[in-house]
Amino acid sequence: MNVRYFKYEFLRLFRNKRFFFFSLAFPLLLFICIGAANRTTTIDFGNLKLRFILVYMVAMAGYGAMIAAIGGGGRIASERAAGWNRQLRLTPLPPSTYFTAKILTSYVMSLLSIVVLFAAGLLFGVHAEAGRIGYMVGLILIGLLPLIALGVLIGHLLTPDSIGPALGGGAGFLAFVGGMWFPLQSGSTLEKIGELFPSYWIAQAARVGVGASGWPPKGWLVVAAWTVALSAAAARAYQRDTKRV
Amino acid sequence: MGSAFAAHRPPSTGIELTAVTKSFTTPQGAVHAVRGIDISISPGETVALLGPNGAGKSTTIDMLLGLLAPDSGSVSLFGQTPQAAIKVGAIGAMLQTGEVLRDLSVRELIDMMGALYPRPLSVEQTLEFANLADIADRKTQKLSGGQTQRLRFAVALVSNPDLLVLDEPTVAMDVEARRDFWATMRGFSSRGKTVVFATHYLEEADAYADRIILMARGQVVADGPATEIKSMTGSKVIRATLPDADLTELGALPGVTSAEQHGDAVTLACSDSDSALRALIAAHPRARDFEVTGAGLEAAFLQLTASQGLDR
Repeated sequence: MNVRYFKYEFLRLFRNKRFFFFSLAFPLLLFICIGAANRTTTIDFGNLKLRFILVYMVAMAGYGAMIAAIGGGGRIASERAAGWNRQLRLTPLPPSTYFTAKILTSYVMSLLSIVVLFAAGLLFGVHAEAGRIGYMVGLILIGLLPLIALGVLIGHLLTPDSIGPALGGGAGFLAFVGGMWFPLQSGSTLEKIGELFPSYWIAQAARVGVGASGWPPKGWLVVAAWTVALSAAAARAYQRDTKRV
Repeated sequence: MGSAFAAHRPPSTGIELTAVTKSFTTPQGAVHAVRGIDISISPGETVALLGPNGAGKSTTIDMLLGLLAPDSGSVSLFGQTPQAAIKVGAIGAMLQTGEVLRDLSVRELIDMMGALYPRPLSVEQTLEFANLADIADRKTQKLSGGQTQRLRFAVALVSNPDLLVLDEPTVAMDVEARRDFWATMRGFSSRGKTVVFATHYLEEADAYADRIILMARGQVVADGPATEIKSMTGSKVIRATLPDADLTELGALPGVTSAEQHGDAVTLACSDSDSALRALIAAHPRARDFEVTGAGLEAAFLQLTASQGLDR
């Protein structure tokens, strides 16, 4: 592990204030506008009656973690446009170190997004059980792996001009089909489709925070399959990406 | 600082490009960027790749560095593949794109890059050598064009490479910055390092290279000491207005090596502009607006390539 290289990757992340702000702001705004505005409402959650704001907090935590993870692709596209990707090819930097740095920085953004949501929740008087939250965060982090790989993949395929709409549209699609914004009706066709996407399982993981059970084998399988497929595609895109942008 | 630049090991073989070709597919059809070149460079030489835009210099450099795989032919750096030479930190390169990573200081970026190599120079040595010590703590996005180029040079240098490759390194610099840059580069090459740089300035190639490799349309059209190349490029160009010109006929006029047409204007590259002008006026009374100028490199290339019977 190249500690110095990682140190500077993180320094760059923390100093990029605009990226930082916008990665964290959107889910937080949604939470405040929708969740906090309806903080007295209760909803049925399985057999439980829960405060809407609590359910919405964990949902936005999952959503925010997802967009923070995919957003790493935007940084990669900018680095490529600056010719930096080609410059790195002229160093002995192993691809594994490159990818590890990208995965770790994406994870840090995702964790921060979750922390920000929970801090906001605390301000509005939302409480959740620590053990449940730990389980939930662990599952979310696993569910993020294919989405981090997706970010790296499109970061190496697109330019800064086109990656904005692609990331925005892609994240919107995944959020919708995964039931992150509105829960999918149980047993509906839409839910059967949604189950095939990793975002659905991140949304499910988020619900673990308020008492739902963890992933069934199907969930692990879907997440694993996407992780393998998208990681392979991302590695291939990185290897082929030596041309001038 | 002398000992800091000691070679990792004395390289015995240099750089060999053998029968290298590269084409690209574009919406307009195939572009033959490099059409079979042989280049051999000994360790310690400073060589300029000289040619107009589109000559294939950058493509050649990309293949030299292993960023592009040649369609055919082979590339060897110090007896290894480009990838193997890069892995041991033997290569430093300053590519054409003019940006560096944002959100780091000059010192931090050099330290970050140095961390990737097995035997880097120290950050202080690199800063001093690239003349960046006084702006070491400035953020990279706040640098001027010339300062950015010096930082990119430092990034190329920090590995303490045996071969330094520079693709049009002085493009963003003013005259003074250019002079300072080459003085620094000289300091590096005088330590027995091999330097290959691409440029489209004849003066730059003449002043700073031991040897010039002249490229045009993807081929090496001349290869030799700078003085020799300079004497080959002393030709002239005639421009005139001549509607409906027949290019084949114009090209066949005495003293003309090649003819080009842009609207009603024709441009004749000449080996003997006096004879060519007399013949042009005699054969085409309607021609007007004559202009005879010293040929730039572009015209010299046209002449050289035409005289060698290369296809366009």
